[in-house]
Amino acid sequence: MEGLERIVLAHPFFAGLEAELGEVISGCARNHRFEPGHYLGHEGEPANEFFLIRHGKVALEITPPGQPEIVFATESEGGIVGASWLIPPYRWRFDARAVELTRAIGIDAKCLRDKCEADHNLGYAMMKRFLPVLMQQLDETRLQILDVYGKHGK
Amino acid sequence: MVDPFVPQPYRVGRVRRELRDVMTLELVPLAGERPDFQPGQFNMLYAFGIGEVAISLSGDPAAGGSYVHTVRDVGAVSGAIARLEAGAMLGVRGPFGTAWPTGPAAGSDVVFVAGGLGLAPLRPAIYQVLAQRGRYGRVVLLYGTRNPPDILFRHEMERWRRRLDVDILVTVDHADTSWRGNVGVVPRLIARAGFDPHHTVAMVCGPEVMMRFTASALTAVGLPTDRIYLSMERNMKCAIGLCGHCQFGPDFICKDGPVMRYDRIVDILAVREI
Repeated sequence: MEGLERIVLAHPFFAGLEAELGEVISGCARNHRFEPGHYLGHEGEPANEFFLIRHGKVALEITPPGQPEIVFATESEGGIVGASWLIPPYRWRFDARAVELTRAIGIDAKCLRDKCEADHNLGYAMMKRFLPVLMQQLDETRLQILDVYGKHGK
Repeated sequence: MVDPFVPQPYRVGRVRRELRDVMTLELVPLAGERPDFQPGQFNMLYAFGIGEVAISLSGDPAAGGSYVHTVRDVGAVSGAIARLEAGAMLGVRGPFGTAWPTGPAAGSDVVFVAGGLGLAPLRPAIYQVLAQRGRYGRVVLLYGTRNPPDILFRHEMERWRRRLDVDILVTVDHADTSWRGNVGVVPRLIARAGFDPHHTVAMVCGPEVMMRFTASALTAVGLPTDRIYLSMERNMKCAIGLCGHCQFGPDFICKDGPVMRYDRIVDILAVREI
């Protein structure tokens, strides 16, 4: 577990995190390896984990009815996949597929939620880390829906 | 001296289709040599009987003989120009405007950030930097566009990447599952580019909203605002700072731009009335 704790704290998402909190979070962590084409999560399924990507690339996809999948984002080394564990009903809102061999740390969602409820310092530390990521994703989504490269995008 | 209001006759040389609605045209002067230009400048291209439009130069400044312009069919004039075939005639005024700071950037890392067709006005600067590669530190090109089929100058980027002394990251806004590259907006690539922000000059070109997000992301990683340059676009008419159509705050884009330093415009960039 000490090795896992070191890996968790070395991930950019947890950069600068207090070692004590890192130890608590690492108690909910486990290693994953996803072969190309394997899914980290499917839309609608319980969001039981979120993932710190260590190596590889993950495509986030939505499948419109009757159409092929659309990749709307990729995450690679240093990124995180999944925020649905934070918000009820705790279900994936997209598919997450490994594009190439991907190594990740999975953080057990219920385990971490329970620890956040028990220790609001931990909960606040998690919120401070997730909110900038969510804001960045919101900005990026705004830029994408503006379709700035389309014929009338300017 | 040539009257800047009088278009000079040019003949269309080679034409190359880049994308479904984007063409690159070589324009050869009917008489004499074409005037020199600097990376970042533009010409006013006149489709006879239809109208005139400002189009950035997209060719190598060191390659004489012709002007190269990459034109997207987005309106009556640009559409007429994009549909011209080899041998057709058109009028050219220029070159006009300010240049990318390829000279002052010597000794620094250089980061080019291009969105969509914005790669075309940056290409002359890329040619110039690569031609004198030893004068610069790291050279990074970050390119974003709508989807994989819309990647501009794809073969050229592949060739630059093979040089091994240029870091190129490409992303698209969305893709199907056959695409194995990055998906996401181009500012996202900045954090991954790994340049030294205190010794870097950034040159950014693309839709204005994309440039705003990009400049913001560049400053977030520590790049000073006076080392970021954007290529602005407004409705250029006279192209010599007289008519006022392209006024942008205290400046005219045609003569004080199109390449402008970010610290000079950051306060008015998001002002709707400007």
